[in-house]
Amino acid sequence: MTTRSKAAAARRALLLDILNHGALALVALLFLFPFFWMVSNAVRSNAEVLAIPVRLLPTVFEWDNFAKAWTEQPFGRFFLNSFIIAASVTAITVVVSCLSGYAFARLKFPGRDLLLMGYLGTLMVPGIMLIIPLYLIINSLGMVNTFQGVILPVAFGTFGSFLLRQFFLSIPNELEEAARVDGASRLRILVSIIVPLSMPAIGLLSLFTFIAQWNNFLWPLIVMTGAENATLPVGLTLFQTQQATAWNYIMAGATLSMLPGIVLAILLQKLIYNSIALNAGMGGR
Amino acid sequence: MTIAQETAAETAPAATTRRRSRLDAREGRTAFFFLLPSLIGVTLFLVLPIVASIVLSFTNWKLLGKPQFVGVANYVRLFTADPQFWTILRNTLFFTAEYLVLNIVISVGLAVWISSLKVGQRWFRVIFFLPTFTPTIAVAIVWMLMFAPGGLFETVMRALSWSVPGVLTDQTLAMQAVVVVSLWAGVGYNTVLFNAALDMVPASYLEAARIDGATAWDRFWKIRLPLISPTLFFGTVMTAITSLQVFDQIYVMTRGGPGSATATLGYAVYQKGFQNFQMGYASSIAWVMFALIMALTAMQFWLQRKWVHYDN
Repeated sequence: MTTRSKAAAARRALLLDILNHGALALVALLFLFPFFWMVSNAVRSNAEVLAIPVRLLPTVFEWDNFAKAWTEQPFGRFFLNSFIIAASVTAITVVVSCLSGYAFARLKFPGRDLLLMGYLGTLMVPGIMLIIPLYLIINSLGMVNTFQGVILPVAFGTFGSFLLRQFFLSIPNELEEAARVDGASRLRILVSIIVPLSMPAIGLLSLFTFIAQWNNFLWPLIVMTGAENATLPVGLTLFQTQQATAWNYIMAGATLSMLPGIVLAILLQKLIYNSIALNAGMGGR
Repeated sequence: MTIAQETAAETAPAATTRRRSRLDAREGRTAFFFLLPSLIGVTLFLVLPIVASIVLSFTNWKLLGKPQFVGVANYVRLFTADPQFWTILRNTLFFTAEYLVLNIVISVGLAVWISSLKVGQRWFRVIFFLPTFTPTIAVAIVWMLMFAPGGLFETVMRALSWSVPGVLTDQTLAMQAVVVVSLWAGVGYNTVLFNAALDMVPASYLEAARIDGATAWDRFWKIRLPLISPTLFFGTVMTAITSLQVFDQIYVMTRGGPGSATATLGYAVYQKGFQNFQMGYASSIAWVMFALIMALTAMQFWLQRKWVHYDN
């Protein structure tokens, strides 16, 4: 091959590369469009949301719609409710999973493997199937329309126990042995050795639990009967029943409800990718 | 060997065994206390509901009054008398089939495309992943505005000189709209999953194939696809399980309508249970859903022998 044809081939390869990147960038922009449409409609008047023909951008940008939506509807309250529920579930899940995960990973007791199999088996049970009996249990405990009623039934999943067990198993036993010779109790070892070393796994469990609860819809919808106790996703649907739907405020509310997830996804993209890659590596085995 | 020596030889192991078992007992006690919070929660909020759900499905409980045991009457009513049930079942299977196939095809396509890039892989992954971290309800509301009469979707379609009636009020288009929204919201997770699996395919395999003259198409079908097939299988099973339970987007966008064109099993459980308070009947629908999930999962495990390659 002559130098000139080599250079031509390199140029063609570079051009193809640029085209390839550009085409996917176009697809990605198209994919992001609903986000754009949401924000674009959040900052216009309601008349303009419904105006025909449709305009891509508002004629007047009403940026204070976010503030208005926040104050004219109890969005602040919805936000707080969602936060309390998601944070509480996450806290309980992490503590309970650390304790049980440690027992499964490091302690000997009769029936351990059988119990672990049982825990894994419950992961197969679809959530919707349990909704009705869970509601009846909450009802008989007098917890309908209370925070503990939303929080407790979802805080004891078995996934966390299994995830943390797997991670704890990868921590060398020698670290623990040394502490035990010094007379440290098991709880002490868990809190001051295992947990600090397991922050990646605990962070992952916290992240996914928090986001799942922040986005959860059906369970809070059923338990929280009063509008003042509604979470953000449930609060958004409350506007649908009003005679004149304030679409611009709903879009502002939807934007606000998506913000935490979007920020976390961008900030923690490496952690998320690694965790999903772990799944990919195991290939479901 | 003297008697003294003999007894010493006998008691020494006995003593260690005793100490060992005392240690084991203490470990067992510790394990019990460590497991206690989890065990209480799992028993009360997972095991008990599973059992209660089976029992309820054989009663006619309507939340008020006493539940009466009615045997398999709920199931008989489902399959023979309920005029809606077959529609709901067909809708659920239709949604699952269409959504599952499109999700896997699109996410594999995007994953391969992203992995062909030299720069910016990370950012493309984040972009396609974003909707999976946002509330489905908010997502569905935004799409509902786009599908509204005279809204963006109709405007774009008219510009392409294809006039569509109100999408969400049309018997056939409404379900397609639900599929589109679900795809937008759900395709990102599988894209990142498959992209991660593709990243793990050793570059040396692909290089060797390239030197042997394999085309890009061959390299995809004969090397990359078989090597990521365990992950592909995992993604397919998980996606099938979640899509059989579809609820949120239907609740917001169509409430099962028009007619019962988009009513699915998940929606029926909610409607019968929490709007009509037929707790027993709704529980039997939930068990039909569970049976479907089990059957579909079993079928996928059976089919995997034909297409999933494990390298060990």
